Amino acid sequence: MSDTPTVFPTEVRWENDGPSRIPFLTYTSDELYKRELERFFYRKHWCYVGLEAEVPNPGDFKRTVVGERSVIMVRDAQGGINVVENVCAHRGMQFCRERHGSRKEFVCPYHQWSYTLKGELQGVPFRRGVKQDGQVHGGMPADFKTSEHGLTTLKVATRGGVVFASFDQDVESFEDYLGPTILGYFDRLFDGRKLKLLGYNRQRIPGNWKLMQENIKDPYHPGLLHTWFVTFGLWRADNKSQLRMDERHRHAAMISTRGSAGKAAEVTQVSSFKETMQLHDPSFLDIVPEAWWKGPTAVMTTIFPSVILQQQVNSVSTRHIQPTGHGSFDFVWTHFGFEDDSEEMTQRRLRQANLFGPAGFVSADDGEVIEFSQRAFETKPFHRTLAELGGREVENTEHMVTETLIRGMYRYWREVMED
Amino acid sequence: MATNLNFEDWLALTQLYADYASAVDSGNWDLWPEFFTDDCVYRLQPRENHERGFPLATLSFTSKGMLKDRVYGIKETLFHDPYYQRHIVGTPIVRSAQRDRFDCEANYAVFRTKLSDASTVFNVGRYLDTVLRTPAGLRFASRECIYDSEMIPNSIIYPI
Repeated sequence: MSDTPTVFPTEVRWENDGPSRIPFLTYTSDELYKRELERFFYRKHWCYVGLEAEVPNPGDFKRTVVGERSVIMVRDAQGGINVVENVCAHRGMQFCRERHGSRKEFVCPYHQWSYTLKGELQGVPFRRGVKQDGQVHGGMPADFKTSEHGLTTLKVATRGGVVFASFDQDVESFEDYLGPTILGYFDRLFDGRKLKLLGYNRQRIPGNWKLMQENIKDPYHPGLLHTWFVTFGLWRADNKSQLRMDERHRHAAMISTRGSAGKAAEVTQVSSFKETMQLHDPSFLDIVPEAWWKGPTAVMTTIFPSVILQQQVNSVSTRHIQPTGHGSFDFVWTHFGFEDDSEEMTQRRLRQANLFGPAGFVSADDGEVIEFSQRAFETKPFHRTLAELGGREVENTEHMVTETLIRGMYRYWREVMED
Repeated sequence: MATNLNFEDWLALTQLYADYASAVDSGNWDLWPEFFTDDCVYRLQPRENHERGFPLATLSFTSKGMLKDRVYGIKETLFHDPYYQRHIVGTPIVRSAQRDRFDCEANYAVFRTKLSDASTVFNVGRYLDTVLRTPAGLRFASRECIYDSEMIPNSIIYPI
Protein backbone atom coordinates (compact mmCIF):
# COMPACT_ATOMS: atom_id res chain seq x y z
CA MET A 1 0.00 0.00 0.00
CA SER A 2 1.48 3.32 -1.05
CA ASP A 3 -0.58 5.73 1.03
CA THR A 4 -0.16 5.43 4.78
CA PRO A 5 -3.42 4.23 6.31
CA THR A 6 -4.67 5.16 9.74
CA VAL A 7 -2.61 2.97 12.03
CA PHE A 8 -5.25 2.84 14.77
CA PRO A 9 -8.66 2.54 13.12
CA THR A 10 -11.79 2.45 15.29
CA GLU A 11 -13.94 0.46 12.84
CA VAL A 12 -13.00 -3.00 11.70
CA ARG A 13 -12.60 -3.06 7.92
CA TRP A 14 -12.36 -6.30 5.94
CA GLU A 15 -10.55 -6.15 2.61
CA ASN A 16 -13.22 -8.19 0.86
CA ASP A 17 -16.49 -10.01 1.50
CA GLY A 18 -14.75 -13.22 2.49
CA PRO A 19 -13.06 -14.27 5.73
CA SER A 20 -9.57 -14.90 4.36
CA ARG A 21 -7.96 -11.60 5.38
CA ILE A 22 -8.49 -11.08 9.05
CA PRO A 23 -8.05 -7.54 10.38
CA PHE A 24 -5.54 -7.22 13.22
CA LEU A 25 -8.17 -5.06 14.93
CA THR A 26 -10.29 -8.16 15.64
CA TYR A 27 -7.52 -9.21 18.05
CA THR A 28 -6.80 -5.83 19.61
CA SER A 29 -10.11 -4.03 20.13
CA ASP A 30 -11.61 -4.04 23.62
CA GLU A 31 -14.97 -3.15 22.16
CA LEU A 32 -15.01 -6.13 19.80
CA TYR A 33 -13.74 -8.37 22.58
CA LYS A 34 -16.67 -7.40 24.79
CA ARG A 35 -19.06 -8.07 21.93
CA GLU A 36 -17.42 -11.48 21.49
CA LEU A 37 -17.93 -12.27 25.16
CA GLU A 38 -21.56 -11.24 24.84
CA ARG A 39 -22.31 -13.06 21.60
CA PHE A 40 -20.07 -16.13 21.76
CA PHE A 41 -19.53 -16.89 25.44
CA TYR A 42 -22.73 -15.66 27.09
CA ARG A 43 -25.45 -16.11 24.44
CA LYS A 44 -26.47 -18.96 22.14
CA HIS A 45 -23.29 -20.98 22.74
CA TRP A 46 -22.24 -23.82 24.99
CA CYS A 47 -19.00 -23.41 26.93
CA TYR A 48 -16.84 -26.14 28.42
CA VAL A 49 -16.72 -26.28 32.21
CA GLY A 50 -15.13 -29.64 33.02
CA LEU A 51 -15.32 -33.39 33.33
CA GLU A 52 -17.76 -35.26 35.53
CA ALA A 53 -14.76 -37.17 36.88
CA GLU A 54 -13.60 -33.94 38.53
CA VAL A 55 -16.64 -33.97 40.82
CA PRO A 56 -17.25 -37.68 41.46
CA ASN A 57 -19.22 -37.43 44.73
CA PRO A 58 -22.23 -35.42 45.94
CA GLY A 59 -21.04 -32.04 47.19
CA ASP A 60 -17.85 -32.07 45.09
CA PHE A 61 -17.26 -28.83 43.23
CA LYS A 62 -14.78 -27.20 40.89
CA ARG A 63 -14.49 -23.48 40.30
CA THR A 64 -13.90 -22.45 36.71
CA VAL A 65 -15.09 -19.81 34.24
CA VAL A 66 -17.48 -19.30 31.35
CA GLY A 67 -15.92 -16.48 29.37
CA GLU A 68 -14.66 -14.18 32.11
CA ARG A 69 -17.46 -15.05 34.56
CA SER A 70 -16.62 -17.22 37.56
CA VAL A 71 -18.81 -20.32 37.83
CA ILE A 72 -18.94 -23.42 40.02
CA MET A 73 -19.60 -26.89 38.69
CA VAL A 74 -21.06 -28.91 41.56
CA ARG A 75 -22.62 -32.34 42.02
CA ASP A 76 -25.76 -32.19 44.16
CA ALA A 77 -27.10 -34.73 46.65
CA GLN A 78 -29.13 -36.42 43.92
CA GLY A 79 -26.00 -36.87 41.80
CA GLY A 80 -26.93 -34.22 39.23
CA ILE A 81 -24.44 -31.69 37.87
CA ASN A 82 -25.23 -28.03 38.44
CA VAL A 83 -23.37 -24.99 37.25
CA VAL A 84 -24.00 -21.78 39.22
CA GLU A 85 -22.43 -18.37 38.94
CA ASN A 86 -19.97 -17.55 41.71
CA VAL A 87 -21.61 -14.22 42.57
CA CYS A 88 -23.63 -13.83 45.75
CA ALA A 89 -27.18 -12.62 45.09
CA HIS A 90 -26.82 -10.09 47.90
CA ARG A 91 -23.76 -7.89 47.43
CA GLY A 92 -22.25 -9.61 44.45
CA MET A 93 -19.17 -11.10 46.06
CA GLN A 94 -17.37 -14.02 44.43
CA PHE A 95 -17.92 -16.10 47.53
CA CYS A 96 -16.13 -19.30 46.50
CA ARG A 97 -12.36 -18.95 46.63
CA GLU A 98 -11.25 -22.58 46.70
CA ARG A 99 -10.50 -24.05 43.29
CA HIS A 100 -12.08 -27.37 44.19
CA GLY A 101 -13.51 -29.07 47.26
CA SER A 102 -16.64 -30.57 48.75
CA ARG A 103 -19.56 -28.75 50.42
CA LYS A 104 -23.06 -29.46 51.71
CA GLU A 105 -24.09 -25.90 50.86
CA PHE A 106 -22.53 -22.65 49.67
CA VAL A 107 -22.22 -19.82 52.19
CA CYS A 108 -21.08 -16.33 51.28
CA PRO A 109 -18.67 -15.28 54.05
CA TYR A 110 -19.66 -11.60 53.80
CA HIS A 111 -23.19 -11.81 55.29
CA GLN A 112 -23.61 -15.57 55.47
CA TRP A 113 -26.29 -15.89 52.84
CA SER A 114 -26.47 -19.58 52.16
CA TYR A 115 -27.43 -21.52 49.06
CA THR A 116 -28.19 -25.12 48.22
CA LEU A 117 -25.93 -26.93 45.77
CA LYS A 118 -28.57 -26.19 43.13
CA GLY A 119 -28.12 -22.47 43.79
CA GLU A 120 -31.37 -21.83 45.68
CA LEU A 121 -31.18 -19.22 48.42
CA GLN A 122 -31.97 -20.95 51.71
CA GLY A 123 -30.83 -18.67 54.49
CA VAL A 124 -30.62 -14.91 55.07
CA PRO A 125 -29.40 -13.89 58.56
CA PHE A 126 -31.74 -11.44 60.34
CA ARG A 127 -34.25 -11.81 57.57
CA ARG A 128 -37.06 -11.21 60.09
CA GLY A 129 -35.12 -8.57 61.97
CA VAL A 130 -33.86 -8.55 65.55
CA LYS A 131 -36.22 -8.39 68.50
CA GLN A 132 -35.23 -5.90 71.15
CA ASP A 133 -37.36 -4.45 73.97
CA GLY A 134 -40.51 -5.95 72.44
CA GLN A 135 -39.83 -4.36 69.07
CA VAL A 136 -38.58 -5.87 65.82
CA HIS A 137 -35.75 -3.92 64.29
CA GLY A 138 -34.74 -4.17 60.67
CA GLY A 139 -35.10 -7.32 58.64
CA MET A 140 -35.83 -7.73 54.96
CA PRO A 141 -39.00 -6.18 53.51
CA ALA A 142 -42.15 -8.29 53.94
CA ASP A 143 -42.33 -8.98 50.22
CA PHE A 144 -38.76 -10.35 50.03
CA LYS A 145 -38.85 -13.84 48.59
CA THR A 146 -35.84 -16.14 48.85
CA SER A 147 -37.07 -17.91 45.71
CA GLU A 148 -36.34 -14.74 43.72
CA HIS A 149 -32.76 -14.41 44.92
CA GLY A 150 -30.95 -17.60 44.13
CA LEU A 151 -27.58 -17.78 42.40
CA THR A 152 -27.62 -17.42 38.64
CA THR A 153 -27.89 -20.96 37.36
CA LEU A 154 -26.63 -22.02 33.98
CA LYS A 155 -28.16 -24.49 31.61
CA VAL A 156 -26.09 -27.69 31.74
CA ALA A 157 -25.37 -30.36 29.16
CA THR A 158 -23.42 -33.50 29.97
CA ARG A 159 -22.35 -36.02 27.38
CA GLY A 160 -19.83 -38.83 27.66
CA GLY A 161 -18.60 -37.48 31.00
CA VAL A 162 -17.98 -33.93 29.72
CA VAL A 163 -19.87 -30.92 31.09
CA PHE A 164 -20.85 -27.85 29.11
CA ALA A 165 -22.88 -24.90 30.38
CA SER A 166 -24.63 -21.84 29.03
CA PHE A 167 -25.96 -18.64 30.59
CA ASP A 168 -28.54 -18.69 27.79
CA GLN A 169 -31.51 -20.80 28.88
CA ASP A 170 -32.79 -20.77 25.29
CA VAL A 171 -29.62 -22.19 23.74
CA GLU A 172 -30.18 -25.04 21.30
CA SER A 173 -29.44 -28.59 22.46
CA PHE A 174 -25.76 -29.49 22.82
CA GLU A 175 -26.19 -32.13 20.11
CA ASP A 176 -27.65 -29.62 17.66
CA TYR A 177 -24.96 -27.16 18.67
CA LEU A 178 -22.19 -29.55 17.62
CA GLY A 179 -24.01 -30.90 14.58
CA PRO A 180 -23.82 -34.56 13.50
CA THR A 181 -20.30 -34.55 12.04
CA ILE A 182 -18.50 -32.99 15.00
CA LEU A 183 -20.72 -34.88 17.44
CA GLY A 184 -19.42 -38.06 15.81
CA TYR A 185 -15.83 -37.10 16.64
CA PHE A 186 -16.88 -36.03 20.13
CA ASP A 187 -18.50 -39.42 20.74
CA ARG A 188 -15.49 -41.24 19.34
CA LEU A 189 -13.37 -39.87 22.21
CA PHE A 190 -16.07 -39.76 24.89
CA ASP A 191 -17.76 -43.06 24.12
CA GLY A 192 -19.30 -43.63 27.55
CA ARG A 193 -16.31 -45.14 29.32
CA LYS A 194 -15.67 -43.52 32.68
CA LEU A 195 -12.83 -41.04 32.55
CA LYS A 196 -9.85 -41.15 34.90
CA LEU A 197 -8.41 -37.74 35.77
CA LEU A 198 -4.60 -37.57 35.38
CA GLY A 199 -4.04 -33.92 36.28
CA TYR A 200 -3.72 -30.31 35.12
CA ASN A 201 -1.35 -27.94 33.40
CA ARG A 202 -2.01 -24.20 33.32
CA GLN A 203 -0.46 -21.44 31.27
CA ARG A 204 -1.23 -17.77 30.68
CA ILE A 205 -0.71 -16.86 27.06
CA PRO A 206 -0.47 -13.16 26.21
CA GLY A 207 -2.50 -13.33 23.02
CA ASN A 208 -6.10 -13.03 21.89
CA TRP A 209 -8.20 -16.11 22.68
CA LYS A 210 -9.13 -16.70 19.02
CA LEU A 211 -5.49 -17.38 18.18
CA MET A 212 -5.66 -20.65 20.11
CA GLN A 213 -8.75 -21.74 18.20
CA GLU A 214 -6.92 -20.82 15.00
CA ASN A 215 -3.81 -22.73 16.08
CA ILE A 216 -5.83 -25.94 16.19
CA LYS A 217 -7.68 -25.07 12.97
CA ASP A 218 -4.36 -24.68 11.22
CA PRO A 219 -2.95 -28.00 9.96
CA TYR A 220 -0.34 -26.05 7.97
CA HIS A 221 1.96 -25.25 10.91
CA PRO A 222 2.43 -28.56 12.81
CA GLY A 223 4.61 -30.12 10.14
CA LEU A 224 6.67 -26.95 9.91
CA LEU A 225 6.95 -25.42 13.38
CA HIS A 226 7.07 -28.72 15.25
CA THR A 227 10.16 -30.75 14.33
CA TRP A 228 8.99 -33.77 16.29
CA PHE A 229 5.79 -34.02 14.28
CA VAL A 230 7.45 -33.94 10.92
CA THR A 231 10.52 -36.01 11.77
CA PHE A 232 8.62 -38.83 13.45
CA GLY A 233 5.71 -38.74 10.99
CA LEU A 234 3.14 -37.85 13.66
CA TRP A 235 1.68 -34.93 11.72
CA ARG A 236 2.86 -33.85 8.34
CA ALA A 237 1.69 -32.81 4.93
CA ASP A 238 1.90 -36.28 3.36
CA ASN A 239 -0.20 -37.98 6.06
CA LYS A 240 -3.66 -39.20 5.10
CA SER A 241 -5.98 -36.63 6.57
CA GLN A 242 -9.37 -34.95 6.52
CA LEU A 243 -10.68 -31.61 7.68
CA ARG A 244 -14.29 -31.45 8.79
CA MET A 245 -16.59 -28.68 10.01
CA ASP A 246 -20.12 -28.34 11.29
CA GLU A 247 -22.65 -26.64 9.02
CA ARG A 248 -21.95 -23.21 10.45
CA HIS A 249 -18.16 -23.72 10.28
CA ARG A 250 -17.58 -22.76 13.90
CA HIS A 251 -16.39 -26.17 15.10
CA ALA A 252 -13.88 -28.36 13.31
CA ALA A 253 -11.99 -31.62 13.42
CA MET A 254 -8.55 -32.21 11.98
CA ILE A 255 -8.20 -35.93 11.40
CA SER A 256 -4.88 -37.50 10.55
CA THR A 257 -3.36 -40.93 10.27
CA ARG A 258 0.30 -41.32 11.02
CA GLY A 259 2.33 -42.13 7.94
CA SER A 260 5.87 -43.22 7.60
CA ALA A 261 8.50 -41.33 9.45
CA GLY A 262 11.62 -40.39 7.59
CA LYS A 263 12.28 -39.08 4.14
CA ALA A 264 9.80 -38.03 1.51
CA ALA A 265 10.49 -35.41 -1.13
CA GLU A 266 7.47 -33.24 -0.21
CA VAL A 267 8.40 -32.82 3.43
CA THR A 268 12.18 -33.07 3.60
CA GLN A 269 12.40 -29.65 2.00
CA VAL A 270 11.13 -28.14 5.23
CA SER A 271 13.93 -26.91 7.43
CA SER A 272 12.47 -28.43 10.58
CA PHE A 273 12.77 -31.97 9.18
CA LYS A 274 15.81 -33.60 10.75
CA GLU A 275 16.69 -36.75 8.91
CA THR A 276 19.36 -37.94 11.28
CA MET A 277 17.52 -37.07 14.49
CA GLN A 278 17.18 -40.02 16.80
CA LEU A 279 15.88 -40.09 20.32
CA HIS A 280 18.20 -41.22 23.08
CA ASP A 281 15.11 -42.65 24.71
CA PRO A 282 12.46 -43.75 22.17
CA SER A 283 9.91 -44.49 24.91
CA PHE A 284 8.59 -40.92 24.38
CA LEU A 285 6.99 -42.38 21.27
CA ASP A 286 5.96 -45.79 22.55
CA ILE A 287 2.68 -45.66 20.66
CA VAL A 288 0.13 -48.45 20.98
CA PRO A 289 -3.00 -48.24 18.79
CA GLU A 290 -6.32 -48.39 20.62
CA ALA A 291 -9.56 -49.88 19.29
CA TRP A 292 -11.60 -46.70 19.85
CA TRP A 293 -9.40 -44.74 17.44
CA LYS A 294 -11.08 -46.59 14.55
CA GLY A 295 -8.12 -45.69 12.38
CA PRO A 296 -6.96 -42.09 12.77
CA THR A 297 -3.95 -41.59 15.05
CA ALA A 298 -4.81 -37.97 15.76
CA VAL A 299 -8.08 -36.07 15.91
CA MET A 300 -7.92 -32.47 17.09
CA THR A 301 -11.38 -31.02 17.61
CA THR A 302 -12.10 -27.35 18.16
CA ILE A 303 -15.41 -26.68 19.88
CA PHE A 304 -16.11 -22.99 19.44
CA PRO A 305 -15.48 -20.87 21.42
CA SER A 306 -14.08 -22.45 24.56
CA VAL A 307 -12.37 -25.80 24.22
CA ILE A 308 -10.08 -28.06 22.23
CA LEU A 309 -10.34 -31.82 22.46
CA GLN A 310 -7.01 -33.50 21.93
CA GLN A 311 -6.27 -37.00 20.77
CA GLN A 312 -2.66 -37.25 19.66
CA VAL A 313 -1.83 -40.96 19.57
CA ASN A 314 -2.22 -42.16 23.19
CA SER A 315 -2.36 -38.71 24.77
CA VAL A 316 -5.84 -37.29 25.36
CA SER A 317 -6.82 -34.03 27.01
CA THR A 318 -9.22 -31.13 27.05
CA ARG A 319 -7.73 -27.66 26.63
CA HIS A 320 -9.93 -24.93 28.07
CA ILE A 321 -9.62 -21.41 26.66
CA GLN A 322 -10.37 -18.83 29.38
CA PRO A 323 -10.18 -15.29 27.99
CA THR A 324 -8.88 -12.56 30.32
CA GLY A 325 -9.07 -9.46 28.14
CA HIS A 326 -8.54 -8.90 24.44
CA GLY A 327 -4.83 -9.68 24.65
CA SER A 328 -4.58 -12.64 27.01
CA PHE A 329 -6.11 -15.95 27.95
CA ASP A 330 -5.51 -18.72 30.42
CA PHE A 331 -5.12 -22.14 28.88
CA VAL A 332 -5.97 -25.05 31.16
CA TRP A 333 -5.08 -28.59 30.14
CA THR A 334 -6.90 -31.50 31.75
CA HIS A 335 -5.28 -34.80 30.90
CA PHE A 336 -7.28 -37.95 31.42
CA GLY A 337 -7.42 -41.63 30.65
CA PHE A 338 -10.14 -44.23 30.80
CA GLU A 339 -11.27 -46.40 33.66
CA ASP A 340 -10.31 -49.60 31.82
CA ASP A 341 -6.75 -48.44 31.07
CA SER A 342 -4.03 -50.79 32.22
CA GLU A 343 -1.28 -49.30 34.40
CA GLU A 344 0.97 -49.61 31.37
CA MET A 345 -1.44 -47.52 29.26
CA THR A 346 -1.71 -44.88 32.01
CA GLN A 347 2.08 -44.60 32.10
CA ARG A 348 2.15 -44.36 28.29
CA ARG A 349 -0.39 -41.50 28.29
CA LEU A 350 1.66 -39.71 30.96
CA ARG A 351 4.90 -40.20 29.03
CA GLN A 352 3.39 -38.90 25.80
CA ALA A 353 2.06 -35.89 27.75
CA ASN A 354 5.69 -34.65 27.56
CA LEU A 355 4.89 -33.60 24.00
CA PHE A 356 2.06 -31.32 25.13
CA GLY A 357 1.36 -28.52 27.60
CA PRO A 358 3.31 -25.38 28.49
CA ALA A 359 6.69 -27.13 28.25
CA GLY A 360 5.76 -29.77 25.67
CA PHE A 361 8.00 -30.70 22.75
CA VAL A 362 5.26 -29.81 20.24
CA SER A 363 3.19 -27.31 22.26
CA ALA A 364 5.43 -24.89 24.13
CA ASP A 365 6.19 -23.13 20.87
CA ASP A 366 2.49 -22.63 20.04
CA GLY A 367 2.17 -20.28 23.01
CA GLU A 368 5.29 -18.47 21.87
CA VAL A 369 4.08 -17.85 18.30
CA ILE A 370 0.72 -16.64 19.62
CA GLU A 371 2.46 -14.14 21.92
CA PHE A 372 4.50 -12.69 19.07
CA SER A 373 1.56 -12.53 16.69
CA GLN A 374 -0.38 -10.53 19.26
CA ARG A 375 2.68 -8.33 19.83
CA ALA A 376 2.64 -7.31 16.17
CA PHE A 377 -1.16 -6.89 15.97
CA GLU A 378 -1.04 -4.30 18.75
CA THR A 379 1.47 -2.15 16.88
CA LYS A 380 -0.51 -1.82 13.63
CA PRO A 381 -4.15 -2.81 13.98
CA PHE A 382 -5.01 -1.42 10.51
CA HIS A 383 -3.26 -4.43 8.94
CA ARG A 384 -4.56 -7.99 8.47
CA THR A 385 -3.43 -11.60 8.51
CA LEU A 386 -3.65 -13.80 5.45
CA ALA A 387 -5.35 -17.20 5.53
CA GLU A 388 -5.50 -18.14 1.86
CA LEU A 389 -3.63 -21.44 1.71
CA GLY A 390 -5.85 -23.78 -0.28
CA GLY A 391 -7.86 -20.89 -1.73
CA ARG A 392 -10.40 -18.47 -0.30
CA GLU A 393 -13.28 -20.89 0.07
CA VAL A 394 -14.65 -22.64 3.12
CA GLU A 395 -14.93 -26.37 2.55
CA ASN A 396 -14.18 -29.78 4.02
CA THR A 397 -11.07 -31.30 2.49
CA GLU A 398 -9.26 -34.64 2.16
CA HIS A 399 -5.87 -33.07 2.81
CA MET A 400 -4.31 -30.63 5.24
CA VAL A 401 -2.56 -28.17 2.95
CA THR A 402 -5.17 -25.52 3.57
CA GLU A 403 -6.33 -22.83 6.00
CA THR A 404 -9.98 -23.48 5.25
CA LEU A 405 -10.92 -24.08 8.89
CA ILE A 406 -9.66 -20.65 9.91
CA ARG A 407 -11.69 -19.12 7.08
CA GLY A 408 -14.69 -21.12 8.27
CA MET A 409 -14.39 -19.75 11.78
CA TYR A 410 -14.15 -16.16 10.52
CA ARG A 411 -17.06 -16.61 8.18
CA TYR A 412 -19.06 -17.58 11.27
CA TRP A 413 -17.48 -14.76 13.29
CA ARG A 414 -18.61 -12.24 10.68
CA GLU A 415 -22.13 -13.68 10.57
CA VAL A 416 -22.53 -13.30 14.31
CA MET A 417 -20.53 -10.13 14.95
CA GLU A 418 -21.84 -8.11 11.99
CA ASP A 419 -25.46 -9.06 12.68
CA MET B 1 17.13 -33.00 59.53
CA ALA B 2 19.25 -36.12 59.54
CA THR B 3 21.61 -36.22 62.52
CA ASN B 4 24.10 -38.74 61.16
CA LEU B 5 25.45 -36.53 58.40
CA ASN B 6 29.18 -35.87 58.43
CA PHE B 7 30.68 -32.59 57.36
CA GLU B 8 32.30 -33.97 54.24
CA ASP B 9 28.97 -35.25 52.90
CA TRP B 10 27.23 -32.01 53.83
CA LEU B 11 29.83 -30.05 51.93
CA ALA B 12 29.48 -32.33 48.92
CA LEU B 13 25.70 -32.01 48.99
CA THR B 14 25.67 -28.22 49.19
CA GLN B 15 28.25 -28.13 46.38
CA LEU B 16 25.99 -30.36 44.27
CA TYR B 17 23.06 -27.97 44.75
CA ALA B 18 25.18 -24.94 43.96
CA ASP B 19 26.75 -26.62 40.92
CA TYR B 20 23.33 -27.60 39.56
CA ALA B 21 22.01 -24.04 39.87
CA SER B 22 25.11 -22.67 38.23
CA ALA B 23 24.84 -25.19 35.37
CA VAL B 24 21.18 -24.61 34.52
CA ASP B 25 21.73 -20.84 34.57
CA SER B 26 24.82 -21.01 32.38
CA GLY B 27 23.12 -21.57 29.03
CA ASN B 28 25.32 -24.62 28.46
CA TRP B 29 22.45 -27.11 28.48
CA ASP B 30 24.65 -30.15 27.94
CA LEU B 31 25.85 -29.83 31.54
CA TRP B 32 22.38 -30.57 32.89
CA PRO B 33 21.95 -34.34 32.22
CA GLU B 34 25.34 -35.04 33.78
CA PHE B 35 23.98 -34.30 37.25
CA PHE B 36 21.79 -37.40 37.01
CA THR B 37 22.16 -41.17 37.14
CA ASP B 38 21.39 -43.16 33.97
CA ASP B 39 17.96 -44.35 35.13
CA CYS B 40 17.08 -41.11 36.86
CA VAL B 41 13.70 -39.49 37.35
CA TYR B 42 13.21 -35.79 36.61
CA ARG B 43 9.79 -34.29 37.06
CA LEU B 44 8.45 -30.75 36.84
CA GLN B 45 5.03 -30.87 38.45
CA PRO B 46 2.44 -28.32 39.56
CA ARG B 47 1.89 -28.42 43.30
CA GLU B 48 -1.82 -29.05 42.80
CA ASN B 49 -1.20 -32.35 40.99
CA HIS B 50 1.38 -33.37 43.58
CA GLU B 51 -0.86 -32.67 46.56
CA ARG B 52 -4.04 -34.12 45.05
CA GLY B 53 -2.31 -37.31 43.97
CA PHE B 54 -2.64 -36.68 40.22
CA PRO B 55 0.25 -38.26 38.34
CA LEU B 56 0.46 -35.74 35.48
CA ALA B 57 3.62 -33.65 35.35
CA THR B 58 4.47 -30.75 33.07
CA LEU B 59 7.64 -32.65 32.19
CA SER B 60 8.27 -36.23 33.28
CA PHE B 61 11.50 -37.93 32.31
CA THR B 62 12.62 -41.37 33.43
CA SER B 63 16.13 -41.67 32.03
CA LYS B 64 19.21 -39.61 31.39
CA GLY B 65 18.52 -40.26 27.70
CA MET B 66 15.26 -38.31 27.99
CA LEU B 67 17.14 -35.40 29.54
CA LYS B 68 19.52 -35.44 26.57
CA ASP B 69 16.51 -35.46 24.23
CA ARG B 70 15.20 -32.42 26.08
CA VAL B 71 18.54 -30.66 25.63
CA TYR B 72 18.34 -31.40 21.91
CA GLY B 73 14.80 -30.01 21.94
CA ILE B 74 15.92 -26.80 23.63
CA LYS B 75 18.81 -26.34 21.22
CA GLU B 76 17.32 -27.56 17.96
CA THR B 77 13.58 -28.20 17.83
CA LEU B 78 11.66 -25.86 20.15
CA PHE B 79 11.04 -22.38 18.81
CA HIS B 80 11.07 -19.98 21.76
CA ASP B 81 11.83 -16.45 22.76
CA PRO B 82 15.35 -16.51 24.16
CA TYR B 83 15.69 -15.73 27.84
CA TYR B 84 18.12 -15.84 30.74
CA GLN B 85 17.19 -17.68 33.87
CA ARG B 86 18.61 -17.36 37.38
CA HIS B 87 18.05 -19.89 40.16
CA ILE B 88 18.14 -18.98 43.84
CA VAL B 89 18.24 -22.24 45.77
CA GLY B 90 17.86 -22.51 49.53
CA THR B 91 20.00 -24.64 51.78
CA PRO B 92 18.95 -28.27 51.42
CA ILE B 93 17.15 -30.02 54.25
CA VAL B 94 18.53 -33.54 54.51
CA ARG B 95 15.58 -35.70 55.49
CA SER B 96 17.56 -38.90 55.68
CA ALA B 97 21.19 -39.82 55.22
CA GLN B 98 22.25 -43.36 54.52
CA ARG B 99 25.68 -44.54 53.48
CA ASP B 100 25.20 -43.95 49.74
CA ARG B 101 21.85 -42.22 49.58
CA PHE B 102 20.47 -38.88 50.76
CA ASP B 103 16.87 -37.72 50.66
CA CYS B 104 16.79 -33.94 50.53
CA GLU B 105 14.55 -30.97 49.88
CA ALA B 106 15.28 -27.38 48.97
CA ASN B 107 13.24 -24.31 48.13
CA TYR B 108 13.97 -22.62 44.84
CA ALA B 109 12.98 -19.51 42.92
CA VAL B 110 13.76 -18.97 39.26
CA PHE B 111 13.78 -15.53 37.71
CA ARG B 112 13.34 -15.07 33.98
CA THR B 113 14.83 -12.19 32.09
CA LYS B 114 13.89 -11.72 28.48
CA LEU B 115 16.31 -9.74 26.37
CA SER B 116 15.97 -5.99 26.97
CA ASP B 117 13.20 -6.62 29.47
CA ALA B 118 12.73 -6.62 33.24
CA SER B 119 13.50 -9.66 35.38
CA THR B 120 10.36 -11.41 36.64
CA VAL B 121 9.62 -14.23 39.04
CA PHE B 122 9.20 -17.21 36.73
CA ASN B 123 8.85 -20.41 38.72
CA VAL B 124 8.87 -20.94 42.48
CA GLY B 125 8.75 -24.22 44.32
CA ARG B 126 10.77 -26.89 46.03
CA TYR B 127 12.99 -29.72 44.95
CA LEU B 128 12.30 -33.20 46.32
CA ASP B 129 15.48 -35.13 45.71
CA THR B 130 17.14 -38.48 46.07
CA VAL B 131 20.91 -38.18 45.77
CA LEU B 132 23.16 -41.22 45.31
CA ARG B 133 26.86 -41.57 45.91
CA THR B 134 28.39 -42.84 42.67
CA PRO B 135 32.02 -43.43 41.62
CA ALA B 136 31.81 -40.12 39.76
CA GLY B 137 30.51 -38.24 42.82
CA LEU B 138 27.02 -37.35 44.03
CA ARG B 139 24.28 -37.60 41.41
CA PHE B 140 20.53 -37.13 41.39
CA ALA B 141 18.64 -40.40 41.12
CA SER B 142 15.48 -38.36 41.34
CA ARG B 143 14.71 -34.67 41.24
CA GLU B 144 11.11 -33.54 41.43
CA CYS B 145 10.47 -29.82 41.01
CA ILE B 146 7.12 -29.20 42.68
CA TYR B 147 6.14 -25.67 41.72
CA ASP B 148 3.75 -23.22 43.37
CA SER B 149 3.67 -21.03 40.24
CA GLU B 150 0.95 -23.12 38.67
CA MET B 151 -0.03 -20.49 36.12
CA ILE B 152 3.00 -20.69 33.87
CA PRO B 153 3.85 -17.41 32.13
CA ASN B 154 3.33 -18.85 28.64
CA SER B 155 6.00 -21.52 28.48
CA ILE B 156 8.90 -23.23 30.20
CA ILE B 157 11.70 -24.21 27.87
CA TYR B 158 14.88 -24.54 29.92
CA PRO B 159 15.44 -26.96 32.80
CA ILE B 160 14.38 -25.89 36.30
